[in-house]
Order: sequence, then structure tokens, then C-alpha cells
Amino acid sequence: MARVVVDVMPKPEILDPQGKAVTGALGRLGFSGISVRQGKRFELEIEGEATPDRLAEIERAAETLLANTVIETFAVRVEPEDVPAGETA
Amino acid sequence: MPARIGVITFPGSLDDHDALRAVRLTGAEPVPLWHGSDSLDGVDAIILPGGFSYGDYLRCGAIARFAPIMTEVIRAADSGMPVLGICNGFQILCEAHLLPGALVRNDVRTFVCRDQRLRVETTDTTWTAAFQPRQEITIVLKNGEGGYVADEATLDQLEAEGRVVFRYLDGNPNGSYRDIAGICNERGNVVGLMPHPEHNVDELTGPSTDGRLFFASVLNFLAARV
Repeated sequence: MARVVVDVMPKPEILDPQGKAVTGALGRLGFSGISVRQGKRFELEIEGEATPDRLAEIERAAETLLANTVIETFAVRVEPEDVPAGETA
Repeated sequence: MPARIGVITFPGSLDDHDALRAVRLTGAEPVPLWHGSDSLDGVDAIILPGGFSYGDYLRCGAIARFAPIMTEVIRAADSGMPVLGICNGFQILCEAHLLPGALVRNDVRTFVCRDQRLRVETTDTTWTAAFQPRQEITIVLKNGEGGYVADEATLDQLEAEGRVVFRYLDGNPNGSYRDIAGICNERGNVVGLMPHPEHNVDELTGPSTDGRLFFASVLNFLAARV
């Protein structure tokens, strides 16, 4: 079992009203000088090893469904093996 | 025999019944279509209605775009059948790449519901041929994610090819680039817009009946075809 993370972010030239709202709220709370852009994180549990073939397949899945490449970019990465306490490998 | 216009119901569609009613009121035969079907039931034109298909999960229209019936919709659109996407339907057409660009959350960060002034920028589509060139109309607008975005090259191409079909007047309600309210494909048979023409077909329930001309346009087109 491997865990693969897909991060999806709005492209820089695309309006990010959610990020703007969060930026504004942080400022009102006194956290100044912070600009936020908000994206999405997908955690994928896959059967077997994260082989190059399997990762290529996940790239295709990300491009097909998880991200809309017209307005978003995505990045695929394999999470390190160390399993958090309480979880079985 | 009246033209048969199909309206697709997805899980979470909201305005499918109003669209079916508008089709009936404007003289065509309304045909309910189901998202899980792989048949268009021999219809002459298709409407993807407004609503919140699949709860707007992931992105608006992103999951509906892969509904079984969409394979047939894409095939029909490519062969020239008139297809109209209203609000969530517009979002689905963009996700399906039948139309360029995408719809994102309104820049005002609130749901917008108003009688919206629009200008018809082109009458060279199957859904707008009955309008006067540059006619100004009022159509209900109601959405949370109606901001039309695309890269500069795409926007320039849409403008150059006369594919901006509707533009917002009297202020931009949602941050849409270049005040774009609706666009069409190269051939002009696929049109998507955020405002809801199916809500503007009856004097009792709206400030205008400008929505009727969408349906008159497609009926003229279908009548001329045979």
C-alpha cells in the first residue's frame, strides 16, 4: 500500500476569491503581510507499489478529473513510508 | 410534428422542470432525458439545465461531465445538433471541453440573484438567431460560481471569432473576464451562458419574456433544416 498526494492549485492568472477571503480574514485577525491562495489536496491510497507506471496512471487521473487544467495546475508526489502511530501498515 | 427538445436531468439538477416547461410554452415537445441513459431518445436539440449536479463537489460540472449520456451529447454536439447549457449546464459544457474556459466562484464571494441586463453580441448561433443584433435583454441570473475565466489567448480568439454571445450590462455581477455572460463553439451550435432564459418565458413570473427568443431561435433553425 502506498499513499500518493495530488496537490491542485489555481493558476496564478486565475482569480482566487476563496484565497482572497482567507487573506482578508487573516489581516483582520492581525496576521499581517500574508497573502493566501487556496487549493485542494487529494490523498490517494493505492494497492501495491508506487511504480513509475502507476504514477503515470495517477498523472492521467489527475489531469482527467482531479484538476481542470484550464484553470488549475497539479503536482503528484509519493508520501514517505513512515506510517503514523495507530495505523497499521 | 413539433421539434423535440431534450432536457437532461442530472442528480442535483434544479431547473430541469422549468426548462421543460419553457420548451412546451414556446411550441416544442419537451423530452425529459436521464443522465444515466446512453440514449438521446431521437431529440432534435438538447438543453443542459441549471442546478447543482453532484452537489457541485470537486468543481461545478466536473462529475456530471462524465455521466453516461454525455458521451452522446458530445457526439451530437460535434455533429452540429443545437446544445444549450444554462448555468450549471454551461459549467458542464466547459468541463466537457465543448466550450473553452471555465467558471469560478463569483469575485463578490456571494450568491448573486438578480434580473440581469445583457447585450446579445452575436445572432449567428442556433440559440440567438431570432434576436436583433446587439439587442439588450433582461434575463434572470442566479449563481455562486459564475465568473467566466480563460487565458488571454482564448479570450482574444473568442472576441476575434465573434464567439462572445452575451455580455453583462450595467456592471459586472461576478468578475467574469471581459464581462462575458455566454459564449459559443466555433460552429455556433453549442451555446453556454450563466443567466437563465427558461425563467423568462412568462409575464407572470419575470420582468421580461426575452427568454422566449432563445427557443424561437432554435425552432427556426430546426424548421429551416428540414
